Amino acid sequence: MECVFGMVGKGFALVVADSSAVNSILVHKSNEDKIMVLDSHKLMGASGEAGDRAQFTEYVQKNVALYQYRNGIPLTTKAAANFMRGELATALRKNPYMVNIVLAGYDKETGPSLYFIDYIATLHKVDKAAFGYGSYFALSMMDRHYHPNMTVDEAVKLADQCIEEIRSRLVVAPQNFVIKIVDEDGAREHLWRRTTKD
Amino acid sequence: MSVSSLLYQIFEYNGSALVAMVGKNCFAIASDRRLGVQLQTIATDFQRIFKIHDKLFLGLSGLGSDAQTLHQRLVFRHKLYQLREERDMKPETFASLVSAMLYEKRFGPYFCQPVIAGLGEDDKPFICTMDSIGAKELAKDFVVAGTASESLYGACESMFKPDMDHEELFETISQALISSVDRDCLSGWGGHVYIVTPNEVTERILKGRMD
Repeated sequence: MECVFGMVGKGFALVVADSSAVNSILVHKSNEDKIMVLDSHKLMGASGEAGDRAQFTEYVQKNVALYQYRNGIPLTTKAAANFMRGELATALRKNPYMVNIVLAGYDKETGPSLYFIDYIATLHKVDKAAFGYGSYFALSMMDRHYHPNMTVDEAVKLADQCIEEIRSRLVVAPQNFVIKIVDEDGAREHLWRRTTKD
Repeated sequence: MSVSSLLYQIFEYNGSALVAMVGKNCFAIASDRRLGVQLQTIATDFQRIFKIHDKLFLGLSGLGSDAQTLHQRLVFRHKLYQLREERDMKPETFASLVSAMLYEKRFGPYFCQPVIAGLGEDDKPFICTMDSIGAKELAKDFVVAGTASESLYGACESMFKPDMDHEELFETISQALISSVDRDCLSGWGGHVYIVTPNEVTERILKGRMD
């Protein structure tokens, strides 16, 4: 029932994720942060098996930092995406990570970008992406209303429409959502959309 | 459900369609553009055909992840070959390399079916395909792969003529691809065609039914 989705706008990329940590019928917490800030200009929204998600996102975050310490310059978004794909592909036939990832980043030379990375390590650069049951609603909503070079307000409005659709049409819809944004000023938390306080 | 039919579903997870045809001193290789996750379409601009060198193209159908892994490994092997031999690999040699790499994983295979097309010595067109464990199948006319392969066999068999020039070859391969993917729900969303002659490579995007 976890949902992660994202889209690219004019000079920024947005990632939205639900914030529920669920075990069978019990909601452990509703303020779980599933969008990891990898470095100053990258956001990694992850959904899937809870333990794998935490382990894999932290592993990637530390390796991205290590690269920067060793080489003095940060990884590009494309390089980070390929690194993640490589790790998922290597682990796939031994001990697979059941994690789906939406990677958003901003590079000075190439601008904002969004990458779809499946749990079986399928990598594709996209303008809009979504995972989970919510993807059936979010992708359709984005197919209808998305256009290239949206402003932040337009993108947040579209994200709200997707969240509204998920809330009204998904039988066990998550309660709260977090919206994070990455642009030339960096990656940061942008908004919360709550129905319950935690 | 038998084990073998359950395993076969992995080839149909992402959906794909590939075809290569031989013409007069030229060849064409074409693919669909859909990337799906079973019933859901993720993207309509997925790249399935890769250039190894100016006269050698590789198409990879089947599981997208393994296609990407295999492509990266093959580009690596070809670059090493170029450094050692100071020349590009012949298509026949490359096909043997792909076959060997696939058979290495005989008991844990890559879920891909490659289509290899190139211009060999004296610019003679060469095409071949193989199954996921490297059984090569050379052909003089056309080869097909992917979820739409059965439709592609029929379309190619009826539309193909030997010794077509590159213009006619483009028309033929495009028609064969579009008509076949229209009958397959897992592939389509346009087409990507490369026409390769000894002097130039032409890349074209086809507009088909977007569903």
